[in-house]
Parts: sequence; structure tokens; C-alpha cells
Amino acid sequence: MSIHAAEAAKDDASYAAQEEAHGIEPRRVGDVVMEMKNITLRFGGVTAIKDISFDVREHEIRAIIGPNGAGKSSMLNVINGFYHPQEGEIWFRGEKRGPMRPHEIAHQGIARTFQNIALFKGMSTLDNIMTGRMTLMKSNFWQHTFWKGGAEREEVEHRRRVEEIIDFLEIQAIRKTPVGRLPYGLQKRVELGRALAAEPKLLLLDEPMAGMNVEEKEDMCRFILDVNDEFGTTICLIEHDMGVVMDIADRVVVLDYGRKIGDGTPDEVRSNQDVIDAYLGVSHD
Amino acid sequence: MLYREAGDFKTTYADDAQTFPIAFDRWRYYAILIVAAVIIPLVIDSYWAKSIMVPFLVFSIAAMGLNILTGYCGQVSLGTGGFMAVGAYASYKLMTAFPELNIFFVVLLSGGVTALVGAAFGLPSLRIKGFYLAVATLAAQFFLVWLFNKVPWFFNYSATGQITAPERTVFGIAVTGPSVPAYASYLFCLAFVVLLAWLMRNLTRGKVGRQWMAIRDMDIAAEIIGVHPLKTKLIAFAVSSFYVGVAGALFFSVYLGAAEPTEAFGIQQSFLVLFMIIIGGLGSIFGCFAGAAFMIMLPVLLKNVMAGALGWDTTLATHFEFIIVGGLIIVFLILEPHGLAQLARLMKEKLRLWPFPH
Ligand SMILES: Nc1ncnc2c1ncn2[C@@H]1O[C@H](COP(=O)(O)OP(=O)(O)OP(=O)(O)O)[C@@H](O)[C@H]1O
Ligand SMILES: [Mg+2]
Repeated sequence: MSIHAAEAAKDDASYAAQEEAHGIEPRRVGDVVMEMKNITLRFGGVTAIKDISFDVREHEIRAIIGPNGAGKSSMLNVINGFYHPQEGEIWFRGEKRGPMRPHEIAHQGIARTFQNIALFKGMSTLDNIMTGRMTLMKSNFWQHTFWKGGAEREEVEHRRRVEEIIDFLEIQAIRKTPVGRLPYGLQKRVELGRALAAEPKLLLLDEPMAGMNVEEKEDMCRFILDVNDEFGTTICLIEHDMGVVMDIADRVVVLDYGRKIGDGTPDEVRSNQDVIDAYLGVSHD
Repeated sequence: MLYREAGDFKTTYADDAQTFPIAFDRWRYYAILIVAAVIIPLVIDSYWAKSIMVPFLVFSIAAMGLNILTGYCGQVSLGTGGFMAVGAYASYKLMTAFPELNIFFVVLLSGGVTALVGAAFGLPSLRIKGFYLAVATLAAQFFLVWLFNKVPWFFNYSATGQITAPERTVFGIAVTGPSVPAYASYLFCLAFVVLLAWLMRNLTRGKVGRQWMAIRDMDIAAEIIGVHPLKTKLIAFAVSSFYVGVAGALFFSVYLGAAEPTEAFGIQQSFLVLFMIIIGGLGSIFGCFAGAAFMIMLPVLLKNVMAGALGWDTTLATHFEFIIVGGLIIVFLILEPHGLAQLARLMKEKLRLWPFPH
């Protein structure tokens, strides 16, 4: 069903052009930006992640798939410092990462969205996305207290960039609406905007299309591809919809019960017998 | 179309971020400033200053302080009375230790002292949240009042245990002490209100305010975006306490003249200020003023109407006040958490369209 969705999306001219470029050009995938080495994460007796290694290359779209409870979200939580693995190493941009708090990792250039939307509900779309630029704003508390020393200039500069993101995501009309009042699909889009606003080196997306209708999914696919294409942002995403994953991912990691059972291009993964047994065979096609 | 924004187009982001984006609002704001700073001082008498204007201004400052912490940063505090006491005792100690120091700086420094104390009491907020934090601030409230009762150094070993504000002047006019002209106490407080409202606007319109609101709405997501949770909360505690400390210093030195901690800065003050921001509107500067005006004027109004005009018993009038305030708190908490400020916004929306139905 989702493959049909992707087919339908190709009617859209720009999408088709994009897809073509996507298929024909050798992608400008670069060096490894992040490497997870033998990560093990336990919660008491439960081992959520067991000795998993994989890497993410610059400019690529890397998908993590797997059945429910496989440990996908836990993996993203490890990457952005929310969970601390008991074993293993994380290398980011050529350096081994020590123990870090999530806000420090944000300053390293890793942004994310959540499986269950985690927006600031009382704030407008604009403020939510402006907040996403936190790590890029340099003015200090005293400059803001007196609205002097570049605080205002900085706000205006960042507002300009945020307006570009708002245009890009086509959410101009809801700029000043408190996000708590927006429908689910739009909230997902605003959350993507907030993560994009940080101009991250690595963008983590936890099920960006979950719970969306076909049309919303197509839009979201297009945004993700555009982000990757235009800004060259490295993306690591979790997605249940196999059609979507096969369409947009460069490489896929497959998890099952906290173990890695497959890793490779969509085609390789699709023909991997373990993966078919564990995942594809069961719930899809 | 009494209220218009038609023809008000924004061509720059700076314009769009103005405090009063609509010209009509801007003019009304200047008009209020002129009335407050020029006309009221000319006509104010000591009854109005004592029973309405000065307490209104002082509690507006306290409400701004609590609203920064609770309305913007989402940290509930029941320690407002205790922190007002810190401001009051700081101003007393400063006035008596440095008689030459200008009262204006005494009040600001008292705010500074309270900011430090508030930040220290804010430290547990990293670990505890919501109800438990409220209980911790309640402990601070009782501890501080107890401290100022128990340690004689704070009241300069006076026999009564009271503190009394000596006379201090601004431009040769007394603003504290036994004989203060009505307009002087009013204008002195007004100066702080204008200054602190301006600072609050600056802080809440940009990055700092967004950090506070991010922590309030979803602290986990805030941290993942790069907001330092402890630093942000501590700044909120410090700024909030600065405001509350200034309010406490003014409450003691300008309004009361003499004070004793249990009565002047007890738990009832904490609740009074909390009610102000709930009724006025959480997360709104205007709401601080609306809430303070409401909570200060209501008892005066009820007393005048019921005890004065209708000849009721004054205690009955007081009970009536409790019933009304209690009922309103429930109504606002359930129906309109953004308080009077939100009602004003809704009214504007309606007026903008009026008299056309669509
Ligand atoms: N904070 C936690 N405490 C205890 N167990 C946890 C915690 N977070 C995750 N787990 C467990 O780790 C395992 C993996 O969970 P995770 O959320 O990573 O799965 P997932 O692959 O994202 O699943 P889904 O597709 O349902 O989102 C599950 O068994 C879950 O119960
Ligand atoms: Mg998950």
C-alpha cells in the first residue's frame, strides 16, 4: 500500500525530478560521521540493545527499521545522550564521545524529533522553531535583559532564517498559532522544522510519518528528501512503512529484539533471509 | 471597528516583534503612561495612595516576579512571602548599615540579595518538580519567616522584634519614613514598576523567555534542543526573586513603614500573589497588573459597598471576599488558565470585527 503511495507521489513534478536525481546521480555520500561500536543498553534485566555496531555516512539517509520493541527508539536515545549505554563506544566526527548530557550533544550538532511529538505546546509555531536555534544564538542574558548589545539584531537575523524554514515546510499560515491547537500532521511538520532550525550535522527522526495519512506522508517524504538534497543534511530515521524506507533510504539497519540482523542497501536488506523472517515476512506484503 | 489593525502592515521582522504591534495599542500604552506618571500624582490623596495605588504597584511587581517563575518557567512557588521578607530585611539592613546609600539603590540591592537567596532555594528544582517543588518552596517560606523572627541580627536587636524604616529621600522629598507625601510614595513605586515591566518584556520576548517556556512546556525536549535545564531554572528563580525582593523592600519601606515577619510576610502573601497571577493570567505581563488590580481592589470595593453603603458587618464583607476569590480561582483554573489577560485578548478579537458579525 505504501509503495502505491510513493508511486502516486511521483505525479508531483518536482518530486519526480528529485527522485530521478536521486536514482541516477552517484549520491554525494561522504565519510563516516558517526560510528556506534558494540553498543549494549540494559534496563535492569531487559537488554534493549545488544552489541550493535553501525555507522552513518555524511549526507546519507540511514534508516533504522525493525518490529515493535526492537530497540530503535532506544538507539536514538543513546545517540542523543538520553540513555547511557553500559557498553560500547560512540564516535562522532572522528572523536570518541565521553559521557555527555543531551544539551551538550545538541551543541555538537545533533537534532531530533520524537516518536510521540514533543513540541512546546503553549508556544507558537514561530517560537517553537526559534527555540530550535538555541544552539546558534550567541547573545547573553544581560544583552537580553536590556535588549541591547545585539540581542535585537540577533533575534531578527534568526527570525529571517526561521521564516525560510517556515516557507520551506509550507506552514506560513500557522506561524502564530499555539502548536497545541494544531492537528497531528502539522505538529509533526513543526517538530521537523524545530529540528531543522538547529542546522544539525546529524538529524535523527523517530517515525516522522507515523499516524499520517497518505497525502501527509508524501509531503513528509518530500521534505526529508529536500532537506537531504538541498542542505546535504545527514539523516538517520526510524520508519515502519517499508515502502517509504525502500524509497528514500540509502542504507538500512534492521534490528530485532535488540540485535542487529541486517545492514545494507534497501535491496540487500530486502533479500536478506533473516530480515524477511523477522520482519518483512510477518507484517508486510 | 473600534479597534483596528487594518492598514497596519509589517514590512520588517523587527516591526513584527514590537511590544505593541498595533498602532492603536501603542498609543493607548503611551496614554496610560502619561496618566500614571503625570495626572495621577497631581490628584492622588493619601487614602488612594495607601489603600489602593501603592499596594497595587508593589504587588504588581511581586506578581511579575512570580509570573516569571510560574507562568513562564513553569516552576510553582509558594515561597513568595518569604522572599518578600528577604527583600524587606535586606533593605532594612542596608538602610541602617549605610545611611548615605540612596534609597533607590537600597531597593535594587535588596532585589539582588533576594535573587541570590532565591537561586539557592531554586537548586532543588533540578531534581524535584511540580507538587514536590511547591512543598519545598513552602518549606522555604516557613524557614525564612522563622529565621527573621529568631535571629536578632536581622532586626538589629530591637526590643519589639520589629523593623522600622528610617526616613530616606529622593531629590529632597521623603519616600520612606513617618511623613511621606502621597504622590511621592506613589511615584517612587511607579518608577520601579515601569523599569521592571520593561525588563520583563525584554527578557520574555527573546531567547531567555523561550528557554523558560521550553522548560515549562516540555523539559526533556528543551534539553535535547540545547537548553541547559539547571541554568535556565536557576536564572528564572534568580530573576523572579529579584522582582519579589524589590516588592518586599518597597512593601516594607514605603508601604508599611514598620514590619514584623509573621504578619507582613506570611504564607497568606504567597497565596495572594499566586491568586493574582492565576486570575490575571499565567505567562502574561498585562495579567500581572490585571491580577494585582483585581486582588487589591476587590476587598476595598466590597468593604465600601457592603460595609459602607449597605451597612453590613465588616467581617461578613471579608467572608464574602473569600467566597468570591475562591470561586473565581476555581473558575479561572478550569475554564480560562490564561486569566483576565486572555479575556482581554478575546475581547479585542471581538472588537476588531465589531460591528460586523464575520
Ligand atoms: N526507559 C526504559 N525503561 C525500561 N525499559 C525500556 C525503556 N525504554 C525502552 N525500554 C525497553 O526497551 C525495548 C526497546 O524499546 P524501544 O522503544 O527502543 O523500541 P522501538 O524499536 O522504538 O519500538 P516501537 O516501534 O514500538 O517504537 C522495549 O522492550 C522497551 O520496553
Ligand atoms: Mg520507537
